[in-house]
Amino acid sequence: MYKYVIKRLLFLIPTIFGVSFIIFLVMNITPGDPARALLGLSAPQADVDALNHELGYDLPFIQKYFTYLKNMILHQDFGKSYYTKQSVFGEVWPRYIITIRLALAGVLLSSLIGIPPGIYTAVKQYSLWDTIPSVIAFFIAAIPAFVFGLLMLFIFSLKLNWLPSFGATTIYHYIMPTLTIAIPPAAQVMRFTKSSMLEAIRQDYVRTARAKGASERAVIWKHALLNALLPVITQVGLSLGILICGAVVAEKMFSIPGIGSLIVDRILFKDEPIILAGTILISICFTIVMLAVDLTYAFIDPRIRAKYTTGGKE
Amino acid sequence: MKMGREDISLMEKKTEITFRKQSQAKEIWRRFKKSKGAVIGLVMLTVMLAIILMADVIAPYSLATKQNMLKKNAPPSLEHIFGCDAYGRDIFARVLHGGRTSLSIAVLATMTSCLFGSLLGAVAGYFGKVVDSVICRALDIFMSVPDILFTMAVVVALGANFINLLVALTLAYFTNYVRLVRSQVLNLSELEYVEAARAGGASSARIIATHIIPNAMGVIIVNTTLNVAKIILYESTLSFLGLGMPPPAPEWGLMLADARIYLRTSPHLLFFPAAAIVLSACSVNLIGDGLRDALDPHLKS
Repeated sequence: MYKYVIKRLLFLIPTIFGVSFIIFLVMNITPGDPARALLGLSAPQADVDALNHELGYDLPFIQKYFTYLKNMILHQDFGKSYYTKQSVFGEVWPRYIITIRLALAGVLLSSLIGIPPGIYTAVKQYSLWDTIPSVIAFFIAAIPAFVFGLLMLFIFSLKLNWLPSFGATTIYHYIMPTLTIAIPPAAQVMRFTKSSMLEAIRQDYVRTARAKGASERAVIWKHALLNALLPVITQVGLSLGILICGAVVAEKMFSIPGIGSLIVDRILFKDEPIILAGTILISICFTIVMLAVDLTYAFIDPRIRAKYTTGGKE
Repeated sequence: MKMGREDISLMEKKTEITFRKQSQAKEIWRRFKKSKGAVIGLVMLTVMLAIILMADVIAPYSLATKQNMLKKNAPPSLEHIFGCDAYGRDIFARVLHGGRTSLSIAVLATMTSCLFGSLLGAVAGYFGKVVDSVICRALDIFMSVPDILFTMAVVVALGANFINLLVALTLAYFTNYVRLVRSQVLNLSELEYVEAARAGGASSARIIATHIIPNAMGVIIVNTTLNVAKIILYESTLSFLGLGMPPPAPEWGLMLADARIYLRTSPHLLFFPAAAIVLSACSVNLIGDGLRDALDPHLKS
């Protein structure tokens, strides 16, 4: 088990290298440079070259990449922003915390909204209580997150004036953004829970449980649900990717100072250090969440736990 | 005598094969028709596609870009059935022509990501061993960058236009197909009929072409259909963030981004493009669900 965790954590290292390489490559094979973006189109070429040199942008690609890795690993230094000249880490970290908070709140909310109706509709299959929520979830799955955001802005901020429409200072500021990003994955989680639950209900062991006279309640909660939840947990973990995408939209829409909006803004200036640091941090978070998902899996399911332990002994 | 019997059995075999091929397609269509939702989706999509294809006849492109400040944010009327936007442009024409961009990007991006991803997945699944683990590890790294960041980087770095958007969306979506096709190839190559074909001396190319691809096709088709809807939503999100098609072009997500400023006074700016997105994504999803039930009777209980 520990061996497995360590192996997975070690995989973070090639992930960081790979991610930074991909972003570096994308930033470098494409036209445009930070000095031109900073100084404007009318600036003389000599000034642009000088600034690029000062920023260290004109070094060869491989050299730049390895210098960056060296500084990051040996000195925990992510460099200075091309745009604000501030330390990248100082600029990125507080915003990173806001985005992660938003995304994790979204994960929690989407499972809270999605899982219970998923179970309920599966138990009540073919009844009206199955049809109505399923149709609603179907429609929600076809609506982009930002449309929810706009609708909520329209209703709760503009018409009712209940919630603030921008910023991230109080907990009220988080209500609409969290809902915006949580609703679309909630519909997915619900559909997924339903199909997983339906499959579990049809299994032989559920029939056996019924046959031995277990109460309907025990059958659903103990026998079917525990087994059905496993794939749902994976789905919830995977939805973090969608939530980060949603977070970028929500940050832009509600003017939240998160990392997504920072990256969107700085991409235009080719602010490589910021983009790299932001992307690497998000990828690390993503990988850790996926690991947590796999570990939860092992924690819940004794079969998988057994497989890991025997795998470790071999 | 012996020859005759072989001939007959050969003929029987032949007729049986052609008969079964026909019935397969018919059978799928019959099952597809049985699902009400799928038929509604198909009709809705056909109508929408027909209107969008005839967009030039119904409302010429010039209408979608012609500005008329006198009609700024005009509500729906007989002359402009969907009303006008902040520049006095006819929203109906913009929705139609925007549909052309949005839907063609969605379909093309799905096709390119499916081709690219399936090829990579088939290579990984078929060759196995080193090739497989290299592709899988690279994919793990690739997938740990959230799609949106990657797409943003590509679009902004390359510049926002139709082709670059296509590249960015392909890069964001091909990963699904690699996993899907790889697992299909791995699962199918362990099945008895593939083993039988191998024992019968069929070459690898023949096994892939006649046994593996046709059997993996169902899952791929269903995923491709459902992916079209996902890309419609994703692409509108990109446009909303200002990373899609450049501004004067009519595009659903872009129209919604513009609508945001006038939300309080003119909600109709929001309603029509949003409805277009929801309707198209819904109808594609309905078709996808119907196809899944029709192609794979196991899944439907």
